[in-house]
Amino acid sequence: MSRLALILMLLLAPFAALAVQPDEVLDNPVLESRARDISQKMRCPVCQGESIDESNAGVSRDLRLYIRERLVAGDSDAEVVDAVVDRFGEFVLFDPPMRGINLLLWFAAPVAALLGLILAFVFLRGRSRAASSIRDLNEAERARLDEIMHE
Amino acid sequence: MSPDLEQEPRRRGGRLVLLLPLAVFGLVGAAFFWGLLNNNSPLPSPLIGKPVPEFTLPPIEGRDDGLSSADLRGQVSLVNVWASWCVPCRAENPLMVELSKTGEVPIYGINYKDKAGEALAFLDELGDPFTRIGADLSGRVAIDWGVYGIPETFVIDAAGRVAYKHVGPFNRQILEEDILPVVRKLQREAGQ
Repeated sequence: MSRLALILMLLLAPFAALAVQPDEVLDNPVLESRARDISQKMRCPVCQGESIDESNAGVSRDLRLYIRERLVAGDSDAEVVDAVVDRFGEFVLFDPPMRGINLLLWFAAPVAALLGLILAFVFLRGRSRAASSIRDLNEAERARLDEIMHE
Repeated sequence: MSPDLEQEPRRRGGRLVLLLPLAVFGLVGAAFFWGLLNNNSPLPSPLIGKPVPEFTLPPIEGRDDGLSSADLRGQVSLVNVWASWCVPCRAENPLMVELSKTGEVPIYGINYKDKAGEALAFLDELGDPFTRIGADLSGRVAIDWGVYGIPETFVIDAAGRVAYKHVGPFNRQILEEDILPVVRKLQREAGQ
């Protein structure tokens, strides 16, 4: 079993390879980790499901280099993110900022879930009320009900 | 038996209400499915309405023009980002050659990450529609322009602002119906 696991691990190892090329990595480990953090939050404009950190597209590599260049030049993380957003649009952010029309994006799902819960609650309470009305039957109705149930 | 019959219409109304979630689900599902099949809309460019990014590009090695942001002020123009290795660029080049011959609007080129020899051979073979070309070897200027998939074509107004952007190759229809109307409108506004 462990041999199988080892074989699988070795077979899968190439797929875990980083998109970040060795020549991109900064000497300063603090700046490099900031660069990695920023690029993991940014969507590759070409292959839109991947972050630029894991994408092999040319534009992703260019953006990774651009981010590192700005960090080395002394920009803050927010300044770097803003610079990329100014060029490529808010679309490149995996987490769209919570303002304007994006509020709809952020809150539509929770609001829909809440509405669903309220509707379910009202519906279930209404049904249990309906069921309890059996107890309010008079003698004649009760007898008729028994008759139907035992048919 | 008669009480049951009296309740029938109300119950039927209740049944229809039960179908409502299914109907809503069906509509939302249909909308998502449509979105899935029609998901080719280009990303909106945040550059629209803003001045073109400041840049200075050298010519393709072997030419003597080059391109800078100063060249894009003073008249309505097109900026086309292309490369010899980009197959769709070959497809749209003849249309640009044709357009350049009418003299309607100057076309400037940004040659993106290309080898000089191959870029020049491309122009020799297919024709050169460009008034000036700048060579962006590193792709750095393209980042400032928010370029993510070449070919990309920008319409620049007389004040040097980005007025319109088309991502991907254009055909005659897109040129006539989307790009040139913007050019003509801007030219009228600028009194050209």
